[in-house]
Amino acid sequence: MWTFIHKLGSPKWCYSLCGRLQPGFWIAALLLIAVGSVWSLAYSPPDYQMGNSYRIIYVHVPSAILAQSVFVSMAIASAVFLIWKIKIADMAATVMAPFGAAMTFLGLFSGSLWGVPTWGTWWTWDARLTAMLIQLFLYIGVIALRGAYGRNDQGAKAVAVLTLVGVVNIPIIKYSVVWWNTLHQPATFTLTSRPAMPESMWMPLLIMVLGFYCFFTALTLYRLRNEIIRRESRTRWVQALAE
Amino acid sequence: MTRGALNQSRTDAVGAPSATVGLVGACAAQVRRELAVARRRGGEWLNPLIFLALVTMLFPLGISPQPDLLATIAPGLLWVAALLAMLLSLDALFRSDHADGSLEQMMLAPQPLAALCLAKVAVHWLLTGVPLALFAPLLGVMLSLPTAGSLTLIASLLLGSATLSLIGAIGAALTVGLPRGGVLLSLLILPLYIPVLIFGAGAVQAAVQGGFAGPALALLGAMLALALVGAPFAIAGALRISIHG
Repeated sequence: MWTFIHKLGSPKWCYSLCGRLQPGFWIAALLLIAVGSVWSLAYSPPDYQMGNSYRIIYVHVPSAILAQSVFVSMAIASAVFLIWKIKIADMAATVMAPFGAAMTFLGLFSGSLWGVPTWGTWWTWDARLTAMLIQLFLYIGVIALRGAYGRNDQGAKAVAVLTLVGVVNIPIIKYSVVWWNTLHQPATFTLTSRPAMPESMWMPLLIMVLGFYCFFTALTLYRLRNEIIRRESRTRWVQALAE
Repeated sequence: MTRGALNQSRTDAVGAPSATVGLVGACAAQVRRELAVARRRGGEWLNPLIFLALVTMLFPLGISPQPDLLATIAPGLLWVAALLAMLLSLDALFRSDHADGSLEQMMLAPQPLAALCLAKVAVHWLLTGVPLALFAPLLGVMLSLPTAGSLTLIASLLLGSATLSLIGAIGAALTVGLPRGGVLLSLLILPLYIPVLIFGAGAVQAAVQGGFAGPALALLGAMLALALVGAPFAIAGALRISIHG
């Protein structure tokens, strides 16, 4: 176990491991998203109140869940980088940030499209929506700070500290629908109870969420490989790879 | 302020061999030094107040001078303007110390850097947050803010601006090594300022509408307590990164 973790810190070994894991995750992501999309768009029943417009949930919920998970992953990677000085962890945090920002934007955008038929407005200054908007700016801040420092060790540490500070927003987003009485509905999935919707509705949603996670993992592995090559371009094994 | 004068102030303040100075003594010396530097810089502490007055003046001219409308938006407006004034003052928090090497001396000191940072931030709050809090009710009168809100405005700004100083110092420490950190600093810090703004303006709003501002003020106090515990270590860590890489 420990040797495995220690090996993970080696760029060369991590590069080949990412290469080996990647196809499995791509296939899983493709299958899950394909099955989930067809099931959710064609076969699951329309909602008795919202009709067919509720189907936006199949994009909205996975992207919103990912928006938070990616930031937590970045925070964990940042902590690992600050404590054990493992460069791979910083590279992983680097490649995850733009994807997380994209997911946050997708969550906000799909939510605002959904808001028109159900709430009658594109945007409302509701606690969940505002917290999510703050999340988007935190992602942009992390990316901008990295950009300002360029690819060096100092910038990496600064970004890691900012990510760890920014993670305070995650519980605020998570519990915003509990603490405040908001327009946004409570969480769809909880670990402790069954969803309030029929199985034919939540099963495809669960499949979509898992599909988004697999897609995130596959994309991170793919981009991590690129990042390793870019940062280790002076080492002998990368140059041997290029020849 | 010349280099010589600053070195002089350092010798005045931290003249004794630092090994014999305790933690409290070092923090007191840090506070004395910051105050001495501020005194020699003259009227620089007035700039956030002038900024606050100017920004507040723009709104009646830009939106409408109607007293009813102004009274409605005054709590939020004063809070936003004070928050921006704090933000502007933060960019310079560590910059001159970084330029003249005092920051490195702080790191070399045997006392924990987090404690010295806390002393530095406390002086920043004393010279920025406190004057802003005391000055804001005056502008509130110009915006026809009901007098019932004045005391709450002072209290909420006193509590809130201390949190803003602490959080902002993390951002200032992270960007001190960058040549143009100003815009980046606002991008990093403003999202983290939002909770303070919500409860700060909320407290004043509640007081104006005849409600009870206690819960919002209590939450501001809770945020300050949290920031007091966590922020000094984040500031110290960020400064180490900015100086040593």
